[in-house]
Amino acid sequence: MKNPYLPVPMRIERVVVETEDNNVKTFSLSFLNKEDEGSFTYTPGQFAELSALGKGEAPFGMASSPTQPWCLEFTVNKAGVVTTALHNMEVGGILGVRGPLGNGYPIEALKGRDIVMIGGGFGFSTLRALTNFVLDDANRRSFGDITVIYGARSPGLLLYKDELEEWQKRTDFHLYLTVDVGDEEWTGRVGVVPKVTREVGPSSENAYVVICGPPVMTKFTLPVIKELGFPPDRTLLSLEMRMKCGVGMCGRCNIGSKYVCRDGPVFKLAELNQLPQEY
Amino acid sequence: MRAKIIRKEDIAGLLESLMGEYEMFAPVKSDGLVLFERISSASEVFLDYQNSLMPPKQLTFPQAETLFSYSSAKGEVKIEVPHREEKPQLIFGIRPCDASSFVVLDRVFDGEQYKDPYYLQRREKTITVSMGCVKPRITCFCTSVGGGPFSTEGSDLLLIDIGDRYVAQIVSDKGAQLLEKRGFRDATEGELALAAAVIEAAVASMGPGVETDGLKDKLDSRFDDSIWQRLSEKCLGCGVCTFLCPTCHCFDIVDEAVDSKGERIRIWDSCQFPLFTLQASGLNPRPTVKERFRQRMMHKFSYFVDNYSRVGCVGCGRCITECPVNLDLRQVLNSVSRLEGVK
Repeated sequence: MKNPYLPVPMRIERVVVETEDNNVKTFSLSFLNKEDEGSFTYTPGQFAELSALGKGEAPFGMASSPTQPWCLEFTVNKAGVVTTALHNMEVGGILGVRGPLGNGYPIEALKGRDIVMIGGGFGFSTLRALTNFVLDDANRRSFGDITVIYGARSPGLLLYKDELEEWQKRTDFHLYLTVDVGDEEWTGRVGVVPKVTREVGPSSENAYVVICGPPVMTKFTLPVIKELGFPPDRTLLSLEMRMKCGVGMCGRCNIGSKYVCRDGPVFKLAELNQLPQEY
Repeated sequence: MRAKIIRKEDIAGLLESLMGEYEMFAPVKSDGLVLFERISSASEVFLDYQNSLMPPKQLTFPQAETLFSYSSAKGEVKIEVPHREEKPQLIFGIRPCDASSFVVLDRVFDGEQYKDPYYLQRREKTITVSMGCVKPRITCFCTSVGGGPFSTEGSDLLLIDIGDRYVAQIVSDKGAQLLEKRGFRDATEGELALAAAVIEAAVASMGPGVETDGLKDKLDSRFDDSIWQRLSEKCLGCGVCTFLCPTCHCFDIVDEAVDSKGERIRIWDSCQFPLFTLQASGLNPRPTVKERFRQRMMHKFSYFVDNYSRVGCVGCGRCITECPVNLDLRQVLNSVSRLEGVK
């Protein structure tokens, strides 16, 4: 019987400070024991529980794509006890990883479709995983038009800056970066994500929209999505909840009868419409 | 029905003879409280009780248990799962409601996708000898939730008191093996008839229950009704209902560490506490007593049904008898059921 509570030890290979406020870091990890590698096959949108041993665990979506097997990455916003402990760790440090957990994005359903990704804040990490997945040489042809709309409150809070620069050079997908408030150096778009989404106006025909961001962004983006004609069963949201076990037993992350950890974190809007608005 | 006869004066001998083989747990009265305790002599058993203050849930799902211990040194981390006692355990005198609560917990911990080895190892090594309820309490409502004072669900043996003897109904193979080769004779037709009469009288004596007709649908459609505000107004959010509940399974996971060594521990938690769902961002999807109170009802009588095709309640009534402000789950559910003017 597989014990779902046991983390595997991983070594921190690289730490990138993502934001100018130093509050978001990306950790690249490698398996300490080679035999654990095979046990971790994931799809974008899934998550794992990261352990700072002695402090506890917290859930994070994988920020890397399984098409990049050389590293497993997590982007961590410092908010509580565990994330602070993680932020205090350095290259060579060992943390525990338990997963992959949750359902992830429905890759098979997305094949042959256009995909519109809308992300904000550090919620963009799982969309970064999905973007890298669909842009991978072996996968790109399986998907139609790819549009990524990504916003941050300010230019200094955009994540993955080097990668964004690389992405901007690509011609096989549409990338729209925006900030709520610009600065002297920022020459790009200014405007909140829902507004930019309306301006970009991606077609909903044969398309899925995938949203991951702070609740306020989601709240104001959903009406725009509806206007654009995306039906609830092609609108995907990735949700966050306080979690502990990650396997549908500890009882805290439910929305109605669904456990975000086990039945999510990715839900169709059509599913959420059937559930109590308790999230 | 397969049944043996055990004379009451032979119970002590039976328990004593099983003690070598099993860790034995039974209701014990101390300081006026009846609780399930480990016993080393049959004389400790106290059977003149209606139900124990706490269910024997901790015997399969302890209030706190170590999931693993770890130690780290020089770029290495060692993780160890604690070694478990191999001896099986026997719970003697458990009430049928509490016995069936194990079946409820099995649904959670023995899932299709994930299994909880800590619970399941203990569960597999547990044998239950239940004591049917000749005199249910007025707060008992097992018959509303699919059980009964002599329900056999979750029991290996069920004892039915017919005066100077017990009719020992054999429910499972484990139960049959327990009585094998001990010289107990089969129950006669007459004794079985006596047992049936005792059961009938007990069921007839049950107090008011929960009106379960269409309850789940009513709860689902009345989730946003203002009645929840009114019903939850006097709730203190103390969580004693969840602490004493035989089917509540929610838990927290915490680390305890000294220097480079530590343990990850699972501890019972309660949906009645604000921290249960408070997110690091400050957002709390169940911010007030109203939402938390509603969650307990919805979880047991709607969500559990969706997930596991049965209600997550066995009708023991502890949440009623021990509530400091006399909130009665039956009344709460019936109030929602009887709401007029809504579908």
